[in-house]
Amino acid sequence: MAELHVELVAADRQVWSGQASLVVARTTSGDIGIMPGHQPLLGVLETGSITIRTTGESGEGTVVAAVHGGFVSFADDKLSLLAEIAELSDEIDVQRAERALEKAKAEADAAAERRADVRLRAVAGVH
Amino acid sequence: MGAQTRVYKRRIKSVSSTKKITRAMEMIAASRIVKAQRRVAASEPYATELTRAVTAVAHGSNTEHWLTTEVERPTRAAVLLITSDRGLAGGYNSNVIKEAERLTNRLVGEGREVLHYVVGSKGSAYYKFRDRPIEQSWTGFTDNPTYADAKMVSEPLIEAIKADTAAKGGVDELHIVFTEFVSMMTQTPRGDRMLPLSFEKSAEESAEVLSKGSQVLPLFDFEPSADEVLDALLPRYVESRVYNALLQSAASKHAATRRAMKAATDNADELIKTLTRLANAARQAEITQEISEIVGGASALADASAGSDR
Repeated sequence: MAELHVELVAADRQVWSGQASLVVARTTSGDIGIMPGHQPLLGVLETGSITIRTTGESGEGTVVAAVHGGFVSFADDKLSLLAEIAELSDEIDVQRAERALEKAKAEADAAAERRADVRLRAVAGVH
Repeated sequence: MGAQTRVYKRRIKSVSSTKKITRAMEMIAASRIVKAQRRVAASEPYATELTRAVTAVAHGSNTEHWLTTEVERPTRAAVLLITSDRGLAGGYNSNVIKEAERLTNRLVGEGREVLHYVVGSKGSAYYKFRDRPIEQSWTGFTDNPTYADAKMVSEPLIEAIKADTAAKGGVDELHIVFTEFVSMMTQTPRGDRMLPLSFEKSAEESAEVLSKGSQVLPLFDFEPSADEVLDALLPRYVESRVYNALLQSAASKHAATRRAMKAATDNADELIKTLTRLANAARQAEITQEISEIVGGASALADASAGSDR
């Protein structure tokens, strides 16, 4: 089966890289699913979670990451996800995110609330 | 102990304690270079992917955008100068400041007004001492810059280039002057134009991308639209360039400090050697003098007693 090579990079490090059969990301105009053979694409990412269905060398499974702003660029079966901040679901500190969510709610900071919410959703695996 | 020897001993002691300090600073700088180098390497994937994306938009779309088109008669340019907060780094700061001055003179010569943005207290002190206006300056993070710092620095720059040039503080061009970390031994100051993207530069970049991918850049589909993607992409491009420049400058600063401190330690070694020789000679001279005094005294006594016998 065809696969795509995915590079998930944050500004200061490489977060994840490997083979995948499907990547779902949230762009400003809605969720987009990318499979091998997709047309070359460049899109702006929203704060949201990214789901990577891994395959091949990376093993069958799902990798979920929370990203806060960034871009998705796809050309000849190479997909790059660029984010200023990106965290894999198992790197996220749930308690810290919960505290951040409460604090954001108390201060009515919509952006911070959304960020914390995305982190928690990524851990729970809900899109 | 004679006065001369005591003076030498005291100087040797003070030089050795200075040597201990410079040696420690050398070691600290050496360990920091490795760390800084690792951070430069870690930021590379993001920068490469971003450059690829920018090149793709610049070439894969025919939209005219304020960030990619050259102004016919640019009247104002912003220059971001990256220096360090602390000295003791040899020619590091003066070299990068000299490069900035060269660039400023060239821009002024071409009829542009130059606005200065400065990172690091050494740079801002240079301009303040000469009573020249600085648009904005930042200090406190030059040793260990984070992405948030790069964002903070980029923000007014992006705002300035977005603004109309006729308005106060608006600029047509964005330049950056920093010290490139070539290797452990070589760091070169360089001035680059960040925006508008220069054509030779992007041609070079696309040639690089082409040689890597060994095929023509594909036509891209933009989500939501080419304009909006550019609007979002180019500020990130500036931030990433600034971040990379900050990291390289930090690594260069540590390398320069290491080299300066190594030279200082070597000089201290040399000085201690010379002083020890002088101290030894002084001690020897003292002994010789004492012996000749004793011998002289003894023979004078012998002469005196021989005279009384007669």
